[in-house]
Amino acid sequence: MRYIPHTESDIKEMLAHIGADRVEDLFRSIPEPLRLEKPLQIPDAFSEYELIAKMKELQKKNLDPESFAVFLGAGAYSHFTPAVVLNLVSRGEFTTSYTPYQPEVSQGTLQAIFEFQTMIAMLTGMEVANASMYDGASAVAEAALMANRVTKRKKILISSAVHPEYRQVVKSFMRGNGMEIQEIPYREDGKTDRGYIDNKVDDSVAAVVLQSPNYFGVIESLGGLKESLEPKGALLVACVTEALSLAILKPPGEHGADIVAAEGQSYGLPVSYGGPYVGLFACKQKYLRQMPGRVCGETVDQQGRRAFTLTLSTREQHIRREKATSNICTNQGLCALAASVYLATMGKNGLKELAELNLKKAHYLKTKLAKISGYNVKFSGETFNEFVLECPKPAKEIQEALLEENIIAGVPLGGDYSELENGLLVCVTETNSADEMDRLATALEKL
Amino acid sequence: MSVPENLLYTKEHEWLRVEGDVGVVGITDFAQEQLGDVVFVELPAADSKLTQGGSFGVVESVKTVSDLYSPVNGSVMEVNSGLDAAPEQVNTDPYGEGWIVKIKIDDPDSLKQLLSPEQYNELLKEE
Repeated sequence: MRYIPHTESDIKEMLAHIGADRVEDLFRSIPEPLRLEKPLQIPDAFSEYELIAKMKELQKKNLDPESFAVFLGAGAYSHFTPAVVLNLVSRGEFTTSYTPYQPEVSQGTLQAIFEFQTMIAMLTGMEVANASMYDGASAVAEAALMANRVTKRKKILISSAVHPEYRQVVKSFMRGNGMEIQEIPYREDGKTDRGYIDNKVDDSVAAVVLQSPNYFGVIESLGGLKESLEPKGALLVACVTEALSLAILKPPGEHGADIVAAEGQSYGLPVSYGGPYVGLFACKQKYLRQMPGRVCGETVDQQGRRAFTLTLSTREQHIRREKATSNICTNQGLCALAASVYLATMGKNGLKELAELNLKKAHYLKTKLAKISGYNVKFSGETFNEFVLECPKPAKEIQEALLEENIIAGVPLGGDYSELENGLLVCVTETNSADEMDRLATALEKL
Repeated sequence: MSVPENLLYTKEHEWLRVEGDVGVVGITDFAQEQLGDVVFVELPAADSKLTQGGSFGVVESVKTVSDLYSPVNGSVMEVNSGLDAAPEQVNTDPYGEGWIVKIKIDDPDSLKQLLSPEQYNELLKEE
């Protein structure tokens, strides 16, 4: 869309047409005492040149990830994105983050969404996937709401090893609708306490929410869990924050998950503060009508040619108003497209190789750091590309000290888990070189 | 538009056939025609309690989704599970194969709130 500002004469003409003298006259309906009768106290407009100079100056205040060795994960993962992804999503035909209002006119957009859904269903091992959600956290919250719709029950059991911010979002979504949340403790090995689940799940529980790999990077033992929930009628919601793990771990669908809610940022989206990220959402076919969000389906047109259409939209907000399945009536179109291009570029084998590379690198560093005197791997549970390093003193101090060495060593856990003050959540991806990992180890040794 | 004489009706276009203390419920011929092709009927759980005027399920057609409202106070005795596989029966035979639930009627007095066939016909004229 082009931005064409009104000229002085445009404005004059429009005012004359409606019989107003000045633009200010348009605000006459606002009571006089509430009107600001003086100009806003803001600086004068910059010229384009001045503005660019100003922004560059501000930019210098940012720490530039390129000049640091970064070991941050915790729900946002630095992965390399092939140039083709940005190149394709930047094409004019695609550059809208919105599903068009007359969706069937945009067959290309719908085809991309359809392919996205297909790949997400395959990766999660589920029967159906939607056109995407805002992000992983809201996807999990929507999964909890959906479990309530399916089971008509109000209690959600959520593992304390689910991303703390995700749990907060779930709590926000539950507030005011009479739902109840109970947190499941984690065990010594970093996995969620299964015994606790078995004790607490009864016919009042809508769903059990687990994340794997969990916030500590530990891969949960999901085997047999669904079987123990089934007789009680509670659903299993599997959450994933590092979607790359789906390439080599047993997909949640094969563990019998009823709903999978995940963050798709690892699929070709840059790590950035505030996003936009993309939520992945998949479920069993039998719950299709309770699934939030849009679904793109394949059909044939009048002449029998393959075509795509938005389907099951009768439960969406624009038709069903306050009784809609959820207040999601759109999807993260552009981000989902980036994910589709990324996944198609990597291919099944490429994605698997990349996941293996992450696994190997992370284990290299894990082994190396555990050898440093005073440092241990906190949890014995198996990990993918993240692990908790137990430090000899509060991890926050260590993290701050290493900033001096141009290393961002990880996420200190004390803020979210007071009992893990010495815990540092370290993540390694393909973007961390062996040299960076050795630098981290050396820096820790010197502390 | 068929409005059988032996039934009672709601303003929301459900019909009720009283068989002793049991009421069979469906949606009217008018309702099915307004909705268009029905593709899914969401049925209540057996034994669930229904209140007169309260929503107990939904009918989904190709163009919209509508709530189903209970004509009486009572509890669900039986649901028409045949609709899972053949929801189009709501269109083809709304007063027969397209029935939706059987309700055990708790208070027969609530029947007085319902519309007679004549009253329902009047309502349709206004629609």
